[in-house]
Amino acid sequence: MSDTLEIRNLHARTAEREILKGLNLTLRKGEVHALMGPNGAGKSTLAYVLMGHPAYEVTEGEVWFKGQNILELDPEERAHLGLFLAFQYPVAVPGVTVANFLRAALNAKRQALNPDDPGISVLEFRKLLMDKMRLLGLDPDFAGRYLNDGFSGGEKKKTEVLQMAVLDPEFAILDETDSGLDIDALRAVAHGINALRGPERGFLIITHYKRILDHVRPDYVHILVDGRIVASGGPELADQLEAEGYKQWVNGSEPVASAA
Amino acid sequence: MTTQDVALLRDLEEYRYGWKSPETYVYKAPKGLSEEVVRKISELKGEPEWMLDFRLRALRHFLQRPMPNWGPDLSGLNFDDIVYYVKPAERAGRSWDEVPEDIKRTFERLGIPEAEQKFLAGVGAQYESEMVYHRVKEELESKGVIFKSIEDGLREHPELFRQYFGKVVPIEDNKFAALNSAVWSGGSFVYVPPGVKVEQPLQAYFRLNVANIGQFERTLIIIDEGAEAHYVEGCTAPLYSTDSLHTGVIEIVVKRGARFRYTTIQNWSTNVYNLVTQRALVYGNATMEWVDANIGSKVTMKYPSCYLLEPGAHGEILSMAFAKDGQVIDNGGKVIHIAPDTTSKIVSKSVSKGTGRASYRGLVRVQRGAKRVRSNVVCDALLIDEHSRSDTYPYMEIEEPDVTIGHEASVSKVGEEQLFYLRSRGLSEEEATTMVVAGFIEPLVRELPMEYAVELNRLVQLEMEGSIG
Repeated sequence: MSDTLEIRNLHARTAEREILKGLNLTLRKGEVHALMGPNGAGKSTLAYVLMGHPAYEVTEGEVWFKGQNILELDPEERAHLGLFLAFQYPVAVPGVTVANFLRAALNAKRQALNPDDPGISVLEFRKLLMDKMRLLGLDPDFAGRYLNDGFSGGEKKKTEVLQMAVLDPEFAILDETDSGLDIDALRAVAHGINALRGPERGFLIITHYKRILDHVRPDYVHILVDGRIVASGGPELADQLEAEGYKQWVNGSEPVASAA
Repeated sequence: MTTQDVALLRDLEEYRYGWKSPETYVYKAPKGLSEEVVRKISELKGEPEWMLDFRLRALRHFLQRPMPNWGPDLSGLNFDDIVYYVKPAERAGRSWDEVPEDIKRTFERLGIPEAEQKFLAGVGAQYESEMVYHRVKEELESKGVIFKSIEDGLREHPELFRQYFGKVVPIEDNKFAALNSAVWSGGSFVYVPPGVKVEQPLQAYFRLNVANIGQFERTLIIIDEGAEAHYVEGCTAPLYSTDSLHTGVIEIVVKRGARFRYTTIQNWSTNVYNLVTQRALVYGNATMEWVDANIGSKVTMKYPSCYLLEPGAHGEILSMAFAKDGQVIDNGGKVIHIAPDTTSKIVSKSVSKGTGRASYRGLVRVQRGAKRVRSNVVCDALLIDEHSRSDTYPYMEIEEPDVTIGHEASVSKVGEEQLFYLRSRGLSEEEATTMVVAGFIEPLVRELPMEYAVELNRLVQLEMEGSIG
């Protein structure tokens, strides 16, 4: 089913320890899911594992999307299928402009789907990029800057959202996209995310704080503790979390199957 | 740099310029170096006595001078196994129509269109050891700009020529400068009069043909006071079964208030020994820039130099080396601060892939009394594979305390995090690695004229083919 991303009994570890200990979660297009949890719970690990980071080893479980277990695919293949990860710490690639990089990425996706695709023209791409940049309140000069090289925290996060806007993914995972942002940057980023909401796209917003969820209202909230989802509910769960903290779930927590 | 481009290049089975024209030559010297060969060269060129003397002095010096005891391994060079001179059938023509058909075909395959491109101010192309076709546009001529073959320079401007020839790079400078001084043939002579600004780059092409031809181009460039120009040189050569030698000497004089840039993209085939001496004398408030991109050859030793002779002189060297399996590129630059209040900058980008070794070797020398000199050197190395290697030999000889000298060096591998980030956007591991390399050399690429920038990026992509096992 190409409308869902289904995570089943996911176990993953680094060389030192096991981090995900049987995580179950189903994402659906048209829905925004929030994943919250204390530090060390495995939030970013989940993001990396979904995208295929080589530092993590999956010891058990599957992730089903479009009839495939995507854990068997390379990161670029998952991107071609329509998965996108907005990094918490975007990496700098000196000497490569935002525009050149995005055009190459867009063409890579188009040509993975159709090897005869000649690629988007420079002019057409320019227009597309400028439209998206305007949406996010990014200065047009931005396109010519080197990717994440010397960018402020806010600029990096906006660039992640810009990439998402250009690459048009089916499922987008946002890893602590709100961290390190001031009010205005947060508003701009939230505006960009909301503009991309729609029936053809599903979101997983990973966050430690409720703040971003005030701007991007989730349909479902899940709480991740010690590598498992321990609670799921509607947006009010985030309010409860804000008021009470993670205490009640951290001690002697029982895993809960996804309620979504 | 699209996926399609990468695929296109993947289809190329062999080195693009690996082809030769059938050999049609009037005179081809026997193998080996001797006084007879040197005399014959001078005679065929109709040179004055002083030039013959110069060559013979150089030959004597070459024969007794030992090989350098530093740098890459040159033991594969056999001086007796090289032909030192070949003269093409026809003499240098002035217009495109006069150029022989066979030679025209060579130019076509090199990609020089018959209709002259507006972008080019003039095209001089070296075929074998002689300037076959050389032409200067009326516009340049009316400004008094001279852009001719080096032989024509000697013949038609003897006083100017003799004033500077062999003065920037003397015979005794090094063994290979001596060799070039003995058997030089072909190259450019450029003179830009005071205050004249030449907007379009002056270009010249070189190629080698006939097995074991040594290429000994000699170029002399004089930029008079307040003038400005840009010279671009791109080399290609076909493959041979035995080693080829390219020993060039480039002498440049940049007079007061003048600005000059000399750009090279070197892509010799991987059996060529490329040992070049490049030097510029820079006078008061003048600027000299070397932009040097090295991709090909078996061994390259090249250290473009600036001698800053008067206050206000500025020298810059922007160099890049990409060494793949079996290649050794030992390059960098030299700046000699002789006068006070002079400045310099060296930026070196080395990429080593497979067993390739790209190394930076440079010198910043400040003589006593050269106060308030400011110089900065940045040398960055990027290693692609497990066994790739880069070495750095930064020499600093600072004899004056009242100066500001900076040196930064970095060595990096293509980062795992960078690769993952790029791959998460849909790029394959090979595309991602190529992108990181392209970004690494970008500071140099953006200084190149557009068609060279495009060619260099394509060459880098080609070199990156199959880099991921």
